[in-house]
Parts: sequence; structure tokens; C-alpha cells
Amino acid sequence: MPASSTLLTLADGRLPAGGHAHSGGLEEAVGNGRVTDATELAQFLTGRLHTSGSVDACLAALSCWAAPSLPALDAVQSEATARTPSPALRAASKAQGRGVLRAAQAMWPVAAVGRLDVLAKHLPGGPMHPVALGAVANAIGLGPADAALVTAHCSVSGPAWAATRLLGLDPFAVGRCLAEMAPAIEQVAAAATAAGVGAAGLGPGNVHLPCFSAPLLDIGAEAHEHWEVRLFAS
Amino acid sequence: MPPEDHEHPGHTHAGVNGHGSFPARPLRVGIGGPVGSGKTALVAALCRALASKWSVAVVTNDIYTTEDAKILLREAVLPADRVLAVQTGCCPHTAIRDDISANVEAVEALGHAHPGLDLVLVESGGDNLTATFSYGLVHKQIFVIDVAGGDKVPRKGGPGITLSDLLVVNKTDLALLVRADLASMRADTTSARPGRPFVFMSLVEDPLARPVADWVEAQLQP
Repeated sequence: MPASSTLLTLADGRLPAGGHAHSGGLEEAVGNGRVTDATELAQFLTGRLHTSGSVDACLAALSCWAAPSLPALDAVQSEATARTPSPALRAASKAQGRGVLRAAQAMWPVAAVGRLDVLAKHLPGGPMHPVALGAVANAIGLGPADAALVTAHCSVSGPAWAATRLLGLDPFAVGRCLAEMAPAIEQVAAAATAAGVGAAGLGPGNVHLPCFSAPLLDIGAEAHEHWEVRLFAS
Repeated sequence: MPPEDHEHPGHTHAGVNGHGSFPARPLRVGIGGPVGSGKTALVAALCRALASKWSVAVVTNDIYTTEDAKILLREAVLPADRVLAVQTGCCPHTAIRDDISANVEAVEALGHAHPGLDLVLVESGGDNLTATFSYGLVHKQIFVIDVAGGDKVPRKGGPGITLSDLLVVNKTDLALLVRADLASMRADTTSARPGRPFVFMSLVEDPLARPVADWVEAQLQP
């Protein structure tokens, strides 16, 4: 499969993998008045990219490198779980991971993708989002750097477009916000690839995998889950 | 890719016609239509009419409030474990048409939790006249409009009016109050849906939605 085109297809915001219903914490931040305009959106996205986005990109690169070995992916899933303290965010990540697997299995009916069925069966609740993205990337002929780039991009593009719906922001302003983040996204993806692929020999003593955290996203996700009316799943 | 690389167990491919390759049971019926036309009331009526004879579950799409839940739970039409809600990120039509994954997953979860499930009603969030279900998600779809929404709606058309498997025109009891011309609505509906069924009804007058329940039961027959 031509890699560049495949990469664009996997990163397409309209990939039918359930991502449209997740705001990456933006709905909660908007609801509590922390994000009110394009400037604050850019700040929110920058924070997200350098914390959960960076960690997810690294986990995706590692998953891509580790796939299709089930024990290795199981270990990455444990690392992902350890870096996601909020049960609500774990559930949201697994929902998106299952969505990516489902979409990939319908879109790329090749044996390597079909074999990822075992992931959904073996990992409780299914693979976390970056684990699924990395494993799928591997199965459709992409590399760890591609997996990291898609994941870093998705960590901000989904929440960015959610802002047009939640705040009525000018979509051109949101597009510009994403365009201006391109160097940061590339940088995070490159660093994540280096850290992820270098993190061979997973285990409790592994010091190579980053564990940047965004406590407000964790706390916000726990609160958001109990809102009576919410339009986004996370 | 070579054919031998194309086969793998435990995985079904989407049909080439774009229709999903999901099993015939449980029957999945989508219920869509504009805000306030009576979708939740119709779901409640269908549960009331059918749940004693068939094993029924419901998937709701936002905005699913405690109020909607009460309609289904307070009136004891379904136990709570047979109702699942999914969020759609401000885009009800996306969740039933363009990216159906959350709804597909909810339908499958209900099927696993309730072996022998006959029917899953998937209620869309209120949207516009162009919002229809993907046939990758449902077998059949019902589109609900109402008399109070304006008697020109059937003439305006749109895929919900023209292509749904059953069109329900609700709140006929309000026709006089809103000065809707039922005869012209009927004529417009007939010409907009050649050969496709439609029902004029009032859920206030017919709380079991008998004609709609009968239509759903006909789809349930083998």
C-alpha cells in the first residue's frame, strides 16, 4: 500500500472510528469557562499536545514497533493504563481504540489487520487508543514515526474542531490554530518516535517512556462523566 | 492484494453495496426526525406495544436527558439495562450516518447482554430533514415528522421524507389548532413516496402507536 496516502487516510478527521464524539476534555474546559476564544483554544491544545498528546504519540510508536506481538502490546497497554489515572479517560481511550480497530478491519481487509482481532479479545475493554493506532499502523504497512505523527495530530485536531461546535469559533481561526501548531506536532512526534522505539525491553524499570501528565484533564474528565447533559463522550 | 490474504476468520466484510453485513437478529430499526416531532414518545409507545411479546432494547443518541429516561423508565416500558445512551459530539446525523461506530457498538453490546434479543430501536438525536440512518447501522428506518412542524414539510421532501422505510406524520390531533391542511399533507406525502408506506397518527390518541407497531412486527416476521 502507498504509505503516504495510507497515512493520510488513517489521519483523516472523517475516519469512521468514533472520534467525532470525543472533545479531548474541551467540552469540560469550555463548560467551566477555561476556554472561551481562539487564543485560549491554542493554549489548551498546546498543553494537550505536550502532555497526553506526547505520551500517546510515544505509546503509538512503541505499539507500532512492538506489533504484532501480543505480549509486547499487552505490556504497552499496561504502560498506557499506568499513564491514564482517570477511569473515565481510560474508558474513552478504549472506546476510541475499539473504534479504530473496527474501522481498520472494514477498511483494510488484509490478514495482518484481521489478526488484530486478538487485541480486542485479549485486552480487557479493548486496546487503548494509541495502542490500537500503533498496531493498525503496523498492519497497514506504516512505521513507528507515522504512528506517532498520526497520534500527535489526532491529539489536537479532534479537540480543535470540537471548538467550532462548542464555542461557535470561526472555523478559519481554528484551522489557523492547527496550522500554526504544525512544527510543534512534528517535533513531538519525532521525540515520541525516538523515545518509543528506543524503549525496548518494557518493564517496571523502563525509564525511556515519558509520563507527562495533565492533571486538570484527568480531573475534568472525571467531573464531565457525571454531567447530566453532555454532547461529547469525553 | 491476493485473495488468500483476504480471508480471515471471525471477521465479516461490509457488503459491496455499502450495506452492513450484520446479522438479521436483532432487527435494528432507526427512528429519526426533527426535534420535537415525537421520536422519544414513539419509542416509548413501541416498547409498550411490543415488549411483552418480543425482547426489545433501545439505543438513544443525545441529547438524552433524565427527562427522556423517565419517559422510558417511569412508564415501565423497559428496564434500565435495556437502554443505552451514546454521545454524538453535537452532530446527531454524524453518529447515525457518517461515523456509526458508537451506535454499532451500543447495538452489539445490547445483543451480548441480552441473548435472544429480537429488536433494537435506535433513536437519533433530533436533527433536520436530511438526516437519515446509514444502512450499515440499521435494517430499516422510520422518519417522524409532525403536523405542527408545518403542513409544507412533506412537499419540501429530503431523504427522510422520501427514502425512509416508513414515514410517520405525528400529532394529527393538533391539525385544527395549527391550521394544518391534512388533506394536502396526505396528497404531498403520497407523491413524495411512491410505493413507500406512511402513517398519519396521533400518539396522544393512540398511545400504542398501533399502525407503526404492526409495521415493525411485520419486519420481525421471518
